[in-house]
Amino acid sequence: MRIYAIAVYLFLYIPIGIIALFSFSAGRNASEFAGFSVKWYGKALSNPFVMDALQTSLTVALISAIIAAVFGTMAALALQNMTGRSRAFFDALIYIAVMIPGIVIGISTLIAIVTVFGWLNPILVAIWPAEGPAPQLAMGLGTLIAAHSLFNMALVIIIVRARIAGMDRSFTEASADLYATPFGTFRQITLPLIQPGILAGFLLSFTFSFDDFIIAFFVAGSNTTLPIYVFSSIRRGVTPEINAIGTMVLSLSLILLITAQILLQRKRTT
Amino acid sequence: MQSADTPTSNAGRAPIAEFRAATKQYGAVTAADQIDLAIMPGEFLSFLGPSGCGKTTALRMLAGFEVPSSGSVHLDGQQVNLVPPHKRPVNMVFQHYALFPHMTVADNISYGLRQQRPKPAAAEITRRVEETLTTVRLPGFEQRRIWEMSGGQQQRVALARALINQPKILLLDEPMAALDRKLRREMQIELQSLQRALGITFVLVTHDQEEALSMSDRICIMRAGRIVQIGTPRQLYDAPLNRYVADFVGKSNFFAGPLSQIDGPIGTVSLPGQSGQGRLGQGVQKGANVSLSVRPEQITLTHSGPGLEVLIKNRIFLGEHTEYLVNHGDLGDFLILVSRQGEALEGTFEPGEPARAHWKPEAALILNND
Repeated sequence: MRIYAIAVYLFLYIPIGIIALFSFSAGRNASEFAGFSVKWYGKALSNPFVMDALQTSLTVALISAIIAAVFGTMAALALQNMTGRSRAFFDALIYIAVMIPGIVIGISTLIAIVTVFGWLNPILVAIWPAEGPAPQLAMGLGTLIAAHSLFNMALVIIIVRARIAGMDRSFTEASADLYATPFGTFRQITLPLIQPGILAGFLLSFTFSFDDFIIAFFVAGSNTTLPIYVFSSIRRGVTPEINAIGTMVLSLSLILLITAQILLQRKRTT
Repeated sequence: MQSADTPTSNAGRAPIAEFRAATKQYGAVTAADQIDLAIMPGEFLSFLGPSGCGKTTALRMLAGFEVPSSGSVHLDGQQVNLVPPHKRPVNMVFQHYALFPHMTVADNISYGLRQQRPKPAAAEITRRVEETLTTVRLPGFEQRRIWEMSGGQQQRVALARALINQPKILLLDEPMAALDRKLRREMQIELQSLQRALGITFVLVTHDQEEALSMSDRICIMRAGRIVQIGTPRQLYDAPLNRYVADFVGKSNFFAGPLSQIDGPIGTVSLPGQSGQGRLGQGVQKGANVSLSVRPEQITLTHSGPGLEVLIKNRIFLGEHTEYLVNHGDLGDFLILVSRQGEALEGTFEPGEPARAHWKPEAALILNND
């Protein structure tokens, strides 16, 4: 049993380890190690296409994580006050959103957006009052952020819900009993107590958005995120530069995930 | 916080809080049923009853967490059914204290003051926190964290957090349920003296009869959402309305049977194999099924005196008293409490030994079962 377990872990992690290791290779070939060097990191970071893609990825990740954290928290708080069948219904919807394969979300989001834009664009043309061509809605940064925000909201809702469920109802009652207005209670009691959950949800959302390839591939339009850039360069052959990019993305994601995990595990808020 | 001695007698004063036919329903369940009660200023009133009897619902209607389904709740003469908790001049000590875990002791205690508009000056808040911590005997604990404190200390902080606001009524929801027995006893004494010193009206919810008996001016016994009887601890103990109250306040032995005869204040109950006499309780009718209630300390146990022939089944030494569980062939098991003086006269009884149990008719009480 233990040997199998070890074999499974080796199978999972050795390829990742090799990528990290080979990113420090001095040679040109990504599949053989030819002396230690960090030159591929320098190369990756000075490649304008990489930096462009990185900037797009960070922008999308940051904005969609913020939107998801704010609206996800609001939804989680509202769901807490629902009862019975309607609550079970929305709970199920949220879990389904997380479980559906990315490719399904990607395709369906693409179809939905194209259909809606197909409806709206002629209307925009018809009602445009000024001279010149009317602005047209198209796939791009906006659609990418929207798609990621929606998926990330489900993540935030699940995490914040767990945090709220662990919070004693008597805290908010005690606050009301001590003359705090409903908003005062939210600001002074509820928010500080669920804040680690919100932050963890934000970090997970950021990580998801930053790493996501499938959904982004469908809805990014002409924009290139880092995973899309990596995917398209692989078709031209794997270089140690790709390994270096992969290792950097991996490190950032790991750091964020570990931070989120620590926040979620922390019992007491100080 | 200090105030002059408040007289505990409230004759001629207006009630500080009132329930008028207050009813609370959750769907088909009636948690509080037609509660009528006037709470007088400065008194220590307890709601006593088993869990689910509606005592907590009554308290929560006072605090504003529950809106009555019908009837009304009044504070200081004002109908407050729809007034939200944060606008009511009452404060509550919660069952598990509900101290805010992300705040220091000082921030917890000053929470109520800090919600006031205009906000009191920082120096004023600091002074009041210090003063209140001294009142609850926790001076210098301002900067402690909640989880660094013991259960007893947390309870004092919860008390201070409510008292600093000088509420018209202090509500206590089973505040001692989480404390161990010895600490509970200490806190009971402290709460009572605090109440006398501050003159604030205290309303306590408890299922612990000892707690209610030892601290309250008046006790309100509840069952199934209704008030069964209201009275001073002594009234409830000496003149319980029915078997339920007698069972809940103090220990008692009950022998059930029909009331067969009435002679002035004394009635006779037909019991298996014999009859038993006792004083007539409130509203008992001839022929009705009643219970003869005899307190364990009212029964005399002798080796060869008058009375029922019983067999000693068990003996529990309680210090000042010894409690005997005895068995009578027809009446079954019942309890007898023998004091030190009683033992000095008759000596002790060993399990398995035969003995005689006797009580005077005036010591027994005939009560309705409901």
